[in-house]
Amino acid sequence: MAASPTEAPQAGEPKGPNHGLRIFFIWLPLTIAADLLIWIVLGPHLPPGSMTDTAHSQQWDILVLAVLAVPIVAFVLVFAAYALIMWRHREGDDEDGPPIHGHTGIQATWITVTAVIVLFLAAFGTYELAWPGFAGAGAGEGPSAIWTPKGGTPLQIQVIGQQWRFTYRYPQFGGFETTALMLPVDQPVQFNVTSLDVIHSFWAYQLGVKSDANPGVNNIAFTTAKQTGKFIVRCNELCGLWHGAMVNYGQVVPMATFRAWAAHTEVQLAPITALLPAYATVYDPTLIPQINKAMAKSGIAGANGYYYPPNDPVQP
Amino acid sequence: MAIETQPERAQGSGGGQPAAARSSRPWWRRPAIHTAIIGAVIGYLVGSFLGSYLTGTGNGLYPNVSLSDSKDWPIVLGYAFAVVGWLAGLGVFTDTFRQMIGRPLNGQNTQETEAPGGLAKYFRYELDHKVVGIQYLVGMIIYFCTAGLFAMGIRTELLSPTHHVFSSQVYVEIVGEHGTMMMMLMTSVILGPFGNYLVPLMIGSKRVAFPRVEALSFWLTPCAFLILLSGLLVGGFPFGWTAYAPLSIQSTIGADSYAMAFGLMGVSMILAGFNIIVTVICYRAPGMRWSRLPMFVWAMVSTSFLMVLAAPVLVGGMYMILADRTAQTALFEDSLGGSSYLYQNLFWFFGHPEVYILALPGFGIVLEIIPVMCRKPLFAYKVAAAGMIGVTLLSFFVWQHHLFMSGINPDMRPLFMLTTELISIPTGFIFLVALGTFWKAKIRFTVPMLFALAMLFNFLIGGVTGVFVSDVPADTTLHGSFFVMAHFHYTIMGGLIFAFMAGVYYWLPKMTGIKLNQTLGKWQFWIMFLAFNSTFLPLFGIGMAGQPRRVFEYARNLQTANDWVSISSFFLGGSILLFVINFVYSTVIVREREVGNPWRSRGLEWQVASPPPPGNFERVPVVISGPYEYGTKDAPPVADLHPPPGVLSAAIAQSPIVQAEA
Repeated sequence: MAASPTEAPQAGEPKGPNHGLRIFFIWLPLTIAADLLIWIVLGPHLPPGSMTDTAHSQQWDILVLAVLAVPIVAFVLVFAAYALIMWRHREGDDEDGPPIHGHTGIQATWITVTAVIVLFLAAFGTYELAWPGFAGAGAGEGPSAIWTPKGGTPLQIQVIGQQWRFTYRYPQFGGFETTALMLPVDQPVQFNVTSLDVIHSFWAYQLGVKSDANPGVNNIAFTTAKQTGKFIVRCNELCGLWHGAMVNYGQVVPMATFRAWAAHTEVQLAPITALLPAYATVYDPTLIPQINKAMAKSGIAGANGYYYPPNDPVQP
Repeated sequence: MAIETQPERAQGSGGGQPAAARSSRPWWRRPAIHTAIIGAVIGYLVGSFLGSYLTGTGNGLYPNVSLSDSKDWPIVLGYAFAVVGWLAGLGVFTDTFRQMIGRPLNGQNTQETEAPGGLAKYFRYELDHKVVGIQYLVGMIIYFCTAGLFAMGIRTELLSPTHHVFSSQVYVEIVGEHGTMMMMLMTSVILGPFGNYLVPLMIGSKRVAFPRVEALSFWLTPCAFLILLSGLLVGGFPFGWTAYAPLSIQSTIGADSYAMAFGLMGVSMILAGFNIIVTVICYRAPGMRWSRLPMFVWAMVSTSFLMVLAAPVLVGGMYMILADRTAQTALFEDSLGGSSYLYQNLFWFFGHPEVYILALPGFGIVLEIIPVMCRKPLFAYKVAAAGMIGVTLLSFFVWQHHLFMSGINPDMRPLFMLTTELISIPTGFIFLVALGTFWKAKIRFTVPMLFALAMLFNFLIGGVTGVFVSDVPADTTLHGSFFVMAHFHYTIMGGLIFAFMAGVYYWLPKMTGIKLNQTLGKWQFWIMFLAFNSTFLPLFGIGMAGQPRRVFEYARNLQTANDWVSISSFFLGGSILLFVINFVYSTVIVREREVGNPWRSRGLEWQVASPPPPGNFERVPVVISGPYEYGTKDAPPVADLHPPPGVLSAAIAQSPIVQAEA
């Protein structure tokens, strides 16, 4: 900014090589090669896969960000490597470098380019978030969701976090509570995530759903599964001693299988469901003993810090 | 002017009498660290007794406290009184108290610009900024190594997904101690040693603005460190460094050590930042315009503003945690009218500016070293300063990106995504300035320069991955995973700590007159750089593969990657050990003198002897030109160190304030 055009880096020694052009021609093939590799080879394997539409949206975002990051990282690295090799200090040369204080054009270009990239990324992210198909990209939207999936009434599944496990209630099937998470394919699902004790985070990795489980709060997240298969559920917010072992598996199954499973489980668990507090979006912590009693009856050890006595749990 | 501005007689510090001769009492009768320890023990016992009395069921004072099974009062009051006792034992209050009762100062702590020789001064409450700088330097190395040992513990445990070295209880304590100690104490890792020591030298001042505040800011750090460590004696705390309520409210008494220590460190940050801001604004030498300020000073000023504005929110949050834990308030209990989101907002309103408190000093050091080693002026000085100011301003508008998944109002997500991504523009300025300075330079690969270059490399990766986590859809997968962990270790460990190392190798000859062994330094650099990247680069992949942070156990298929990371991290720890060995070997055993200007720097701090004489400058210098005028054949010297008498008063007479009054 404080520079005059005569101090332009390019206008150095008139006979010297055009360093800028050299850097550009090292950078260009590197960038193209790396971007093509990321796009074609790495792209389909990027997390979290494409089991659901939300997972797919996240995979797409990560891919776009990676493809955009490569030119920037490559430019800085190529420039720095070129400079460090080309303009390293040589023995016996005690002269200082040229007194270049700045270059208005280069500074303006840099600021413009970075600003354009950043604004594009913000617009892109907002579009991805709000686009109807992606339904808030699977992130917990709090009790009043504004981005909802299109197509039909979503299947309601309540996720209840407690130290140290997740349980799931299906209010449209009599409100039974299980430790198995089953959902049908091609059906929008609404997860109502809440907690009984401390903050947990419901992270269904392959589903591309992450939603904090806050006590007293109903945190809603959506997804629509596109493929059948197994997925892993982990707690993603440090919740005490066994945070790392708060893990279980779920399954995406065809609609008919799901209906059969739900109907069967509803009947099977009816006596236990009767003991449970009525389905609600949030539960008072004083209900924990009641829930634990029902859990104990169904053969699951009670929560409340006693889920894993006395031995360490072992992960699969 | 009606008001008499000249005092009747020369004043000592704090408006007291002229400094008396130094006390000639034997060392064990003078306030120092041993009396501070005695004071802390007495204070703890008093506070603990008081707390037990208040909550005793027999006295019936506060039924809702004494009938709750709260064991927190004795330990919280114990800590609080121990801090007061520690400071009283150090003699922090002595002069204030003596002035209050009209007694003359006893010459204990009145030397603001000079300290006696010997090592004893480093264990006392000394007011000379050069003593405080060295105290900070040694303190920070101790804190960093302690917290680093906890990291080694974490990686040892994660060698195997199923075989355990520690119990889950011990593991979660280690995770909490590592995270908290690094995040709270490393806020001052550069501002403490280099900021306090070098800012007055760089701006041509004989002293800092508030020597007592500065010294106090240091002496609070050992308190915070010891209180945090003492949490291990009572079971530690199971909530990492974030202490999300309600887990932090429900935890056992170890959580009190977290809240007290972090709160104290918040106070220390406010004090340290306040002193630097006033020093830079008010104590610049004549001719030291804002446009001639070294980049390091710009970084220190921006960091200080962040500290002064963000740390109070942290202190408030910690205060509320303690209130919830002791007085049985329910500020963070959703079921009782509070909100756990309140804590998350308070914490991250501090916590996000804090990560820039940890980044900006690194930028400052790197941009200070690069022109010297490139023998070229800093490219686009104003852009560099604008970058730091831009980061400072924007950092207060991004905190909710830590809460994208938490269920806060989703309307705010696009806004916070935008602000978070905007902050990469001023951060990009730093890279523009560094790359521009490399252009046609004469780059010297000295040890400080190597660390500075590595800092840029690491921060590039840390910054670019930061954009991934700012994008809400991508963050849905990456949030809370090892990806985020790798990202902020790249910016803090790879940015701040590499810059700290650059600063130590660059400025230790200035601060001690002793040079560190450069060969060992190069070994340390290459081991540290390779081990660091080998540790944290795979963690991006591990996080993307679905491993959440702070886990005790992880998926079996990730064991190979985790083992690789663990082994690399031991090499990383080894490189830090090599640094400590080099530091002790060079400064204690070999003591190779380096009194001149080894880097041929134009910086004002290098124009005086090493270590600087008492009072830094014989006379207040007059600054003539900027610090980065390399390559200009007839560039004037950076400052006139022996200006003719009367220059200062003439400069004061010319100042707009004085002229307006006249």
